[in-house]
Amino acid sequence: MSEVVSLKGISKIYTMGDQRVEALKDISLTVQKGDFVAIMGASGSGKSTCMNILGCLDKPTSGEYWLEGVNVSDLAKNQLADIRNSKIGFVFQGFNLLARTTARENVELPLIYAKASSSERRERAEAALSMVGLSDRADHYSNQLSGGQQQRVAIARALVNQPAIIMADEPTGNLDSKTTLEIMSIFQKLNRQGITIIMITHEPDVAAFTGRNIVFRDGHIISDTKVINPTDAETMREAI
Amino acid sequence: MIQLMMSLRIAIRALRVNKMRALLTMLGIIIGIAAVIAMVAIGAGASKVISDQIASMGSNLLLVLPGSTTSGGLRTGSGGTPTLTYDDAKAIKAECPSVSEVAPTVRGTAQVVYGNQNWSTIVLGTTPEMVIVREWPIQSGRNLSQSDVDGATKNCLIGQTVAENLFGDSDPLGKIVRIKKVPFTVVGVLDRKGRSAQGTDQDDVIYIPLITAQRKVFGSLFPNTIGAMMIQAKDAESLKKAEEEVTSLLTQRHRIGPNKDADFTVRNLSEIMEVSAQSSKVMSLLLGAVASISLIVGGIGIMNIMLVSVTERTREIGIRMAIGAKEGDILLQFLTEAVLLTTLGGIVGMVLGVTSAFTVSKLAGWPTLISFQAIVIAVVFSAGVGVFFGFYPARKAASLNPIDALRYE
Repeated sequence: MSEVVSLKGISKIYTMGDQRVEALKDISLTVQKGDFVAIMGASGSGKSTCMNILGCLDKPTSGEYWLEGVNVSDLAKNQLADIRNSKIGFVFQGFNLLARTTARENVELPLIYAKASSSERRERAEAALSMVGLSDRADHYSNQLSGGQQQRVAIARALVNQPAIIMADEPTGNLDSKTTLEIMSIFQKLNRQGITIIMITHEPDVAAFTGRNIVFRDGHIISDTKVINPTDAETMREAI
Repeated sequence: MIQLMMSLRIAIRALRVNKMRALLTMLGIIIGIAAVIAMVAIGAGASKVISDQIASMGSNLLLVLPGSTTSGGLRTGSGGTPTLTYDDAKAIKAECPSVSEVAPTVRGTAQVVYGNQNWSTIVLGTTPEMVIVREWPIQSGRNLSQSDVDGATKNCLIGQTVAENLFGDSDPLGKIVRIKKVPFTVVGVLDRKGRSAQGTDQDDVIYIPLITAQRKVFGSLFPNTIGAMMIQAKDAESLKKAEEEVTSLLTQRHRIGPNKDADFTVRNLSEIMEVSAQSSKVMSLLLGAVASISLIVGGIGIMNIMLVSVTERTREIGIRMAIGAKEGDILLQFLTEAVLLTTLGGIVGMVLGVTSAFTVSKLAGWPTLISFQAIVIAVVFSAGVGVFFGFYPARKAASLNPIDALRYE
């Protein structure tokens, strides 16, 4: 298995006025291709900062971040945008779809910035939507969809550029338990197809669906354990 | 190019979502552009009327008037003493190379009688060149001829107003009218000329042969003198030269020594044209100022709304940045939106302006002249306003931090 993500001695320090907050303290971490990682921790533990750095939305104060063999920690803003576009797929807690825009157009959005032709965009968007089981809703506006459906559109959007990793920031935080199962089942299905997923959550129940749990506290990783026998979301759904 | 098409599509969508707001925002630009185009059209129409009136006098004209003389310390006004003669006119025609035609005139008012109708009009004794100099076509019949002048015949050419007042609907050709009791045969009717720049009716006139006027109608104390002459230069370029030639020839012929006042005045009628060109220049400058003010006000409105829009769509900007939009993409997106707003406003304003200019000219009977150039400038300018006033909000959007933008509620 190859390393997709490698963090080497990452620190992040915020200065607000004369206050100096050390959000991450010398973090080192590797993620292999095909991993399904849950990052856990209380608020203020540094997990969101770690997520922002992993997602190339923020730069570390010190340390190196290698993504698929490229050191992205010292890239310029526009290069980071390209990395986000081609190598990272985001799934957010609040779905973050464009309102008054159809599901397909939302999924096509990353391809627009990748300058794909309109026929290619359409084709790939439809493929991604069918992977999350929403082919029949492609022409619905995002605000006409339920929460679970919106999150599935967001997952399709994250998938469409065939990224190296999918970064999911509390993807089930706004969903009820039934829909949570639905989303986790999709993530597990994608992971079985070999897609690397890093998910932030503070719910141990949700983390139990993944293959590896990393716990943050006060800017440190305090535990990094392999989940021996992950819960299968699909069987749980059938049980209900 | 693909990027531009894409931003255009995003911009159109964004405007469609907020139709009412987009319309209200555009209103400033619409009114500005519409006002400018309508005003320019009306202004251009008005100045065209003026220049047409000036041109109706004839083109490239010099007017030579008898000048003031000083006798016993008493100076008479311009045209006060008859110092010009028919021979002066002939000499100018013969000796000044830049002059193409000379029309000497003797002018007076007289009561004209036909049958039981009578009419007071201007009677102008002149030569056949007059209608050439004035560029005045003859509607029916013929012009006076040189033999009419030389032979002092009692033939006359009448203007439309005279024809209407004396003859009504019947044909004046060949009829006998009496001018100061002298019978004249109408040999031609002049075409309609309309009002002059000064507002006088140019058609209220009768042309008779110069010699006839001098000897038989106005009977002057100074035989062979004329009231004034109109001189046409060969073309616009030689007008100045013609003026010099006429002045020096007349100075010679009238034996005006150095340091003496000339007893004639040469007036260049194109100066009047220059004055009117000047005034229309001032007018367009004024219109330009009004236009810029309204466009600036409209542009500030655009900037205001774009800033609101950027704030409102902070999250959208965050999403776009997270999935790979670069600063340039966001900048282009919002700039395109602003330019689209102003250009659409410009086009709608143009249509509105043209329509209202057209309506005004139909309803009020004002002449309007819609210039293609003004339309192009207005639309291009409105796009420019979009770039100028859209840049700051677009810059603001592009410089957002994606993390903060995503977290924005």
